[in-house]
Amino acid sequence: MKEIDELELPGDVRYSATHEWARMSGDTVRVGISAYAQDRLGDITFVEIPQVGASFAQGERCGTLESAKALSELFMPVSGEVVAVNSSLEESPELINQEPYAGGWIIDVKPGNPAEWEILMTSDAYRKMLEGLE
Amino acid sequence: MSEFPGATGLVLNEPLLWEKGKVGRRGMSLPRRDVEAAPVDEELIGEVPDLPDLSEVDVVRHYTRLSQWNFGVDSGMYPLGSCTMKYNPKINERLAALTGFAGAHPLLPDRLSQGALRLMAELERFLAEITGMDAVSLQPAAGAQGELTGMLIIFAFHQSKGSPRSKIIVPDTAHGTNPASAALCGFQPVKVASNEQGILSAEAVAALMDEETAGIMVTNPNTLGLFEENIREIAEIVHAKGGKVYCDGANMNAVMGIAHMGKMGVDVLHLNLHKTFSTPHGGGGPGSGPICVTRELEQFLPVPRVVREDGTWELSEEFPQSIGKVHAFYGNFGVMIKAYCYILSMGRDLKRASQLAVLNANYVKARLKDVLHLPYDRPCMHECVFSDKLQRQLKISTIEMAKRLMDYGFHPPTVYFPLVVHGAIMIEPTETESKETLDQFIEAFKAVVKEAAENPDLVRNAPSRCKVRRLDETAAARFPCLAG
Repeated sequence: MKEIDELELPGDVRYSATHEWARMSGDTVRVGISAYAQDRLGDITFVEIPQVGASFAQGERCGTLESAKALSELFMPVSGEVVAVNSSLEESPELINQEPYAGGWIIDVKPGNPAEWEILMTSDAYRKMLEGLE
Repeated sequence: MSEFPGATGLVLNEPLLWEKGKVGRRGMSLPRRDVEAAPVDEELIGEVPDLPDLSEVDVVRHYTRLSQWNFGVDSGMYPLGSCTMKYNPKINERLAALTGFAGAHPLLPDRLSQGALRLMAELERFLAEITGMDAVSLQPAAGAQGELTGMLIIFAFHQSKGSPRSKIIVPDTAHGTNPASAALCGFQPVKVASNEQGILSAEAVAALMDEETAGIMVTNPNTLGLFEENIREIAEIVHAKGGKVYCDGANMNAVMGIAHMGKMGVDVLHLNLHKTFSTPHGGGGPGSGPICVTRELEQFLPVPRVVREDGTWELSEEFPQSIGKVHAFYGNFGVMIKAYCYILSMGRDLKRASQLAVLNANYVKARLKDVLHLPYDRPCMHECVFSDKLQRQLKISTIEMAKRLMDYGFHPPTVYFPLVVHGAIMIEPTETESKETLDQFIEAFKAVVKEAAENPDLVRNAPSRCKVRRLDETAAARFPCLAG
């Protein structure tokens, strides 16, 4: 397990209190879990991803991550419709551990309300929150 | 301090039987043929199963060596939390092996099975007495099936009232099987958070309980090893809205003959005979998960049920409201015999077993709380839950300490459960360990904590004395090998 100051928390994404990240690109938001979340979960063994076309509210449960240690839920950082899923996670869930912000992305969402992204935490705010958790 | 049990020794390798076999080798000799040779019917000829050719000594050494790689409660302390790995007295095995029991065929007519039926009826009565419930079915094969049976009974109850319900409340400290059993029965599990004391508050339950909710599944004592002190108030809230209280009896070892589940407001309770009532488990069974209910719910219990007609024990299907059968024949009878034997041999001391289980857990808690973080510092029941919070800054986590304990000759505690404690270390010593053994375990744990600070790599690379080192748990979970 890493110290908070060792975690990679890039500035080009926003973070939710439940440890998802959201990257706005064009009119879609790409979603994954933070380096903190994958570090604390340990090796991910299975990912249950929503189907393309499914719609969720902000904060709604939209999937499940299973690791050797725990079962953890994935929540929507912004409301919207799932427009793409990372199908390589089915065969290679370890991508989430290896590259949480790149190859380990989970879903692409067409946001219902782009303003929701704006109010998610910046990397600085998220790091502060994590320091408070430990 | 005396020596720790963990030591190195000569461990013998052993291949798979298929690698060991050699064509023509055998462990038996057939008698001389005393009939004329006859051709084999063509229809009986086909592929034969792939079985290795082995001599008797090959087989004996194979299983003896495998058993030497193993660790069980007969080899040492096994403080696996929420699993009640108590020692199982050998007299239980001896009585379960009596020919009259072991040789009884499940299809024998009732009149030739009077002893077996009487044992089942009496065991039901004992369990009702120990728990304070009214009626019992011994049929479910294990804990999770007991949970499912309990859920089916609650479902049947609401249906009989003409108002089926869709939801069930499950605390965040519950065993994962609770929401799974509820979901399998068609209920939607609704999570309720435990409070800062690690138990349920009446307010949290009241906020969720409505007339769409079939009831609540509580584990008491809960998986933090804490007694749900608000259980009566919670039961009143659930009952007031027409719901039922299901209690997961996984942790019954803390309260045998002490807590009256009926008076607590529990409507359905399952027991794990293979844990609380002392029969070997941990290798996948067989188990036994009897379900205990109040008089009101008795009519829904699985059939067949043991009844007595004119002085004769019988199996009866005459219960029209029953949820039906949940297991082939009548459940795992061998486990019932062992539990019956255990209860009779313990007698009044059954209560004392629970008292000692609670005392042992509190002793371990008190002696380890200086070196391990204790998230809920309150008197515990039969188990205590620590975390790796103090060791995290050394980059040593629960899994590493658990692995290192193996080098000292102890089975590790339960790790990373319950989920509400980050990096949980859940220790259940049970009543069967002496103070000397507990002290040795405590010293071993303290030694591991000291090593975490002074020689962290030793801990990170543990175990070093076991037959196999770190297993690839991720690969095991992702690519399970389910056949030889």
